[in-house]
Amino acid sequence: MQQFIKLIYMKNNKKNISNESNLVPLQGLGVLFKTAMRSLIGNGLKTWLNVFVLSFTFVLIIFMQGLLEGWNRQALKDTITWEIAGGQYWSQKYDPYDPFSIDSSANVLPASLRGEYNAHQIEPVLLVKGTIYPGGRMQGVLLKGIRPDQHLLALPTRLLISKGTDIPVIMGAHMAKQANLKVNDLVTLRWRDVNGTFEAVDIRVAAIFTTSVPAVDVGQIWLPLDQLQKMTLQPDASTIMIKSSDVNVQHLADWTFKDQTELTKQSAAMIKAKSNSYNVLYTIFFLLALIAIFDTQTLSIFRRQREIGTLVALGMTQQQVVRLFTLEGTMNAILAILVGAVWGLPIFIGVGMYGIHLPMDVSSFGIPMADRMYPLFTPGLILGTMSLIIVVTALVSYLPARKIARMNPTEAIRGKAI
Amino acid sequence: MEKIVEVKNLVKKFPIGNGSFTALKGVNLKFSEGEFAGLVGPSGSGKTTLLNIIGTLDVPSEGEVVVLGKSVGELTPKDAAQLRKEELGFIFQNYNLLPVYTVFENVEFPLLLLNMNTDERKKRVMETLKWVGLTDKVNSRPSQLSGGECQRVAIARAMVKRPKLVLADEPTANLDAANSHNILQTMEKLNKELNTTFIFATHDEKVIGYLHRKIMLADGKIVSDETPTPKGE
Repeated sequence: MQQFIKLIYMKNNKKNISNESNLVPLQGLGVLFKTAMRSLIGNGLKTWLNVFVLSFTFVLIIFMQGLLEGWNRQALKDTITWEIAGGQYWSQKYDPYDPFSIDSSANVLPASLRGEYNAHQIEPVLLVKGTIYPGGRMQGVLLKGIRPDQHLLALPTRLLISKGTDIPVIMGAHMAKQANLKVNDLVTLRWRDVNGTFEAVDIRVAAIFTTSVPAVDVGQIWLPLDQLQKMTLQPDASTIMIKSSDVNVQHLADWTFKDQTELTKQSAAMIKAKSNSYNVLYTIFFLLALIAIFDTQTLSIFRRQREIGTLVALGMTQQQVVRLFTLEGTMNAILAILVGAVWGLPIFIGVGMYGIHLPMDVSSFGIPMADRMYPLFTPGLILGTMSLIIVVTALVSYLPARKIARMNPTEAIRGKAI
Repeated sequence: MEKIVEVKNLVKKFPIGNGSFTALKGVNLKFSEGEFAGLVGPSGSGKTTLLNIIGTLDVPSEGEVVVLGKSVGELTPKDAAQLRKEELGFIFQNYNLLPVYTVFENVEFPLLLLNMNTDERKKRVMETLKWVGLTDKVNSRPSQLSGGECQRVAIARAMVKRPKLVLADEPTANLDAANSHNILQTMEKLNKELNTTFIFATHDEKVIGYLHRKIMLADGKIVSDETPTPKGE
């Protein structure tokens, strides 16, 4: 054995030991990483509990934010498709929040837009208040006159073309449900013309369409523009003009242009408000996970004093041990991201492909909301959430680990430093 | 013989309340390469304090301790850590093995700190475990080992980097007589064959019997420094 040991000892010329062995950044990080990983796995169930709670938070944040992002995108797209196209000119007197302005705000189509009007790149819409009497009940509605051959909006306005003498109208499914009306039903409509005289006529439900945009459905009836202009004695009049994205915005007297951003501002604000309320939920879950990690770290530092002292005796500086414990805590987040990816990724892919069906009636939300929502998981959302979780977990792990720097290593070796 | 440790007029004081307690009172000592020496004395005599200062885990209040040519009081924390990492080995009364690591990983750890390459590291760990007779326990965790086996792992961990100086604080305090002798024989063999200097802090008669040099401490002072004929000779 003596010869054997001497042979080994002679080999100990330290040529295999790096001269830069003082835990230089990259190599040092490798040792710390390896050590932290071993300790983390060695902690067993406690680690996995922390990791699971954190991974749940990670997946929840991405899922809910993805859902809101998808909702936002869908709402914007549907609003453009069904309601606003490339933007709208509003009659200057028109105020959607003032019902008294509706009947008196119509303007004549400006001559400068006549070309676009003829090319169907501008679609005038006349708004008039009216009342219907379905089943003997009285119900206030907003009448919207639009050209049946328009193609700027997804509304099935071609169904307003009629060769008969009756007045065809179309309405959204929510409106039809509210008024208990079906296709081909006749219902009495009453309105006032421009002089304030009441008129009444029976209208026929030509079609009922389904849309996710409440702003073209709830409380509204669409009918041919020329018909409504005749009924109200306002030839060539409109309250708003919908513009194609292909034509430029003109400055018009008596009209104010509202672009897509302005017209979708309200629903974006409502989605943001919902996002804020979800933030509270994430914060609660995140805090629970962070408290668990903080608690584990604090307990760990108390329980592992001997280990800390031993690491110092073996050649680590106290600052390196602080870094080791911080890294160990932070690796909870890294493991949580990996675990979250394992169980969250199939969910994300599934809901991204097939969407989520919302069984409730969402028209009352006031925000465009399809009955099937498709979340949008952007790289920014995923990377941002990952960074947030890693940074906050690192911070929470560092706070208790700072104690190590103040420990007396000789006391720590005996487990009496704290 | 190369001088490994030189202690000059060492005083160590610990603050207690508004005053202080003096654990070491003007200690002067020298240890040379290859010594198998022990600091012997009752509890509170200052032997562990002296061992900690030699091990750069603590600093002198007054005087000077020079370990392998470096003055402990003047070392930065980083330099002290470097010295411990490269040249010093520690053996503790409670073994202080890393509980979540296997035997192999515990012994490997000092080499990881030295950034030794993987192949050399594995080879070195297995060779060292062979010296202490634990090659069949490489994958066991400390909780699965007996006290004697744990202490042999601790010896392997201290020896794996071939340190110039090994400091052992009450290494047999938690072991039965048979295991104590086994451990001491292993250390004595390593001392002889590798010429590694061993300094013990102990009051265990079994350990004292193996020492080649016995330094008696009482109340923070050296009362005798003898070179008896050790049991292992």
